[in-house]
Amino acid sequence: MLAEMITRLFERSLDDAAQAAAREGQWLPALWTEVEEMGLPLALLTEDQGGFGLSFAEAGEALRLLGSHAMPLPVAETMAANQLFAAAGLALAEGPAGIARADDLTLSNGRLTGTVARVAWGEQLDCLALAVGDTLCRVPRAGWTIAAAGTSANFHPRPTLAIDWTVDAEAALPWCPLASGATVRAFQIAGALEAALDMTLSHTATRVQFGKPLQKNQVVQHELAKLAGELACATAAADLAGEALARHDVLGVAAGTLRAREAATAGAAIATQMHGAIGFTREHRLHLYTTALWAWRDEFGGQVSWAKLLGSAALAAGGPGYWPMVTGL
Amino acid sequence: MTAIPFPAPPADSAEVVALRAEFRTFLDEQLKDRTPRQRSDNWYGYDRGFSRAMGQAGYLGMTWPKQYGGHERSAFERAVIVEECLAAGAPVGAHWIADRQSGPSILKFGTEAQKQAFLPRIAAGELSFGIGMSEPDSGSDLAATRTKAVKDGDVYRVTGTKVWTSFAHEADYVILFCRTSGTPADRHMGTSQLLIDLKNTPGLTIKPIIDLAGQHHFNEMHFEDAVVPADMLLGEEGQGWDQVMSELAFERSGPERFLSSIELMVQLIEVLKGRDSDAAQITVGRVTARLAVLRRLSRSVAGMLQEHQNANLQAAIVKDVGALFEQALPDIARELIDAEPDPRAAGAYASVLANIVHNSPSWSLRGGTREILRGIIARGLGTR
Ligand SMILES: Cc1cc2nc3c(=O)[nH]c(=O)nc-3n(C[C@H](O)[C@H](O)[C@H](O)COP(=O)(O)OP(=O)(O)OC[C@H]3O[C@@H](n4cnc5c(N)ncnc54)[C@H](O)[C@@H]3O)c2cc1C
Repeated sequence: MLAEMITRLFERSLDDAAQAAAREGQWLPALWTEVEEMGLPLALLTEDQGGFGLSFAEAGEALRLLGSHAMPLPVAETMAANQLFAAAGLALAEGPAGIARADDLTLSNGRLTGTVARVAWGEQLDCLALAVGDTLCRVPRAGWTIAAAGTSANFHPRPTLAIDWTVDAEAALPWCPLASGATVRAFQIAGALEAALDMTLSHTATRVQFGKPLQKNQVVQHELAKLAGELACATAAADLAGEALARHDVLGVAAGTLRAREAATAGAAIATQMHGAIGFTREHRLHLYTTALWAWRDEFGGQVSWAKLLGSAALAAGGPGYWPMVTGL
Repeated sequence: MTAIPFPAPPADSAEVVALRAEFRTFLDEQLKDRTPRQRSDNWYGYDRGFSRAMGQAGYLGMTWPKQYGGHERSAFERAVIVEECLAAGAPVGAHWIADRQSGPSILKFGTEAQKQAFLPRIAAGELSFGIGMSEPDSGSDLAATRTKAVKDGDVYRVTGTKVWTSFAHEADYVILFCRTSGTPADRHMGTSQLLIDLKNTPGLTIKPIIDLAGQHHFNEMHFEDAVVPADMLLGEEGQGWDQVMSELAFERSGPERFLSSIELMVQLIEVLKGRDSDAAQITVGRVTARLAVLRRLSRSVAGMLQEHQNANLQAAIVKDVGALFEQALPDIARELIDAEPDPRAAGAYASVLANIVHNSPSWSLRGGTREILRGIIARGLGTR
């Protein structure tokens, strides 16, 4: 039901012109208003918290749809921020929001200072969910200035923010915002790969070379099969991360996000190769997905940090403890 | 959208959690003398005593009806037993094929007499099976089978040659895929399956085929006017193709498709202990992520089978991605640790590495090659 509504909204309001504007760093106020009217920022909340009490599968589907439509606005981040605020008992965002944990933030005598690098659409946000040690701070827009510009691989703003704010809303940190961010990105990656597979299937069915559709070649079929395998892994990885986040298990999130990121890399490469030169252009919509995959796979904790977190835990478990650790993920 | 559904497996129930703990204790006791090198044989380890112990403890025929010696437990509970065996390197070879595919095929297609004769003994861990499909001129192209069974009164007379038959020299029975009418040009029409008594079939000779590791695990089976009682026909005459496809679905979906080299991972972690560099942490982290996700995909397929959904496409994906994973491990290990593989080494790591290096090429051949699986997946995606 929600999935149908989201699909209809995105098909209507997220056209190529909107995507092009977003790539120039232009905020899309009309689209954001529609997203809010649909209640999407509340999609990860329970009914008690004022959400719709979506099932795990429905919430995952909503997140995947953000990926399969290459949603340029920080909807996933806002969903994750509200989930954190609600769990911590802080006020929800009143507009788009961001989430971050930064190493050089300090909170002393109630005053929060430091910088937060590469926040999606940092200029336009209503508020931030910032982790400092074991504390979650809710920082409104007045609490930061733009310190430096930055751009994601899919050409959306990722400015660095200089924070200076006397915190009036803080609570014990329910879980790490990076785990939230990595999890929603895993779902978006799965969605984008679903779109990439779809496009690759239809392109190879209609494009004719040597007198037959590309898809009639066995080599092409095998690449399609590999792409389907990566999609399957990304989808399962996102679900794994989502379930782990729900029980605040950061190792499970690490496993899910790592495998989804690998799928992003492999899947984007296959989809581009199977499209030929047209897949390397802005004329064809495939680039919306490939560039998004190249952005999302490195956000909210790099792949090296996540891998070290999971790998050091596995090494600490030792040979005999390895399998029991895996079955616990 | 071309979603390929992999439904979320349900969270482990209290029964499943208890079963896993109870079974780990059982395995610890059973396997306490098993060396790392032996464990690295994975499901090719063959030990009738272990299989009988599994049967006596109620861990075989888990999902089958009680009237045939089964335990009427869920596909998830069976999946726990199967994955724990593989992860621990238990010698499951003597019951593996029977429990995984021959038994389920007999349950699905067999006569009442066959069910009563075979299933309780399989569930007791007493009856060992092999797979009689491949021939010298019929590998990937299974429908080209030439082995011929001609009805002659109340027997079939079988002539032909099967190859690569795992455990034929040890097992009690194979399910033979053969032609009961027509010629290889008729493709899947006119094919059937027969239950062959390996210890007691006049006209059948079994010869070893030594693999590149020097091990004798598979065989050639030669049938020269071999006499098989007609009541050993499985299912219907002429329906062999559909039956064999259903048998392969049982064969392709399980965790043996990504756990074949798990003992190398265990030994690698032991070797890395105390010198876990950044590279080691990063690599082990990435491997673990892949493994956890494959495990979830495989559990998802178990859930689909439990709901009697067709999971052929999903199973092919798990096997394809799974084989890539288990075959990648030796090279991943080689990038972290300098060691020469030594098949006769006394030390755990070098001997396990050698066993895995030798055997890993077969993992994308047995049970349907990588190329054939990708064809199945592509067809499932709507190409062709
Ligand atoms: C360890 C091991 C155990 C086995 N155990 C058993 C057993 O117990 N019982 C049994 O019946 N069989 C068994 N097999 C046999 C196995 O099922 C076959 O090896 C497999 O089906 C491939 O057949 P083949 O070896 O004849 O190769 P071929 O079919 O000749 O294939 C050779 C190569 O060509 C490729 N190829 C073939 N056709 C095509 C095509 N149309 N398009 C693209 N590529 C193609 C294949 O993928 C492969 O790479 C076992 C094999 C191994 C390695």
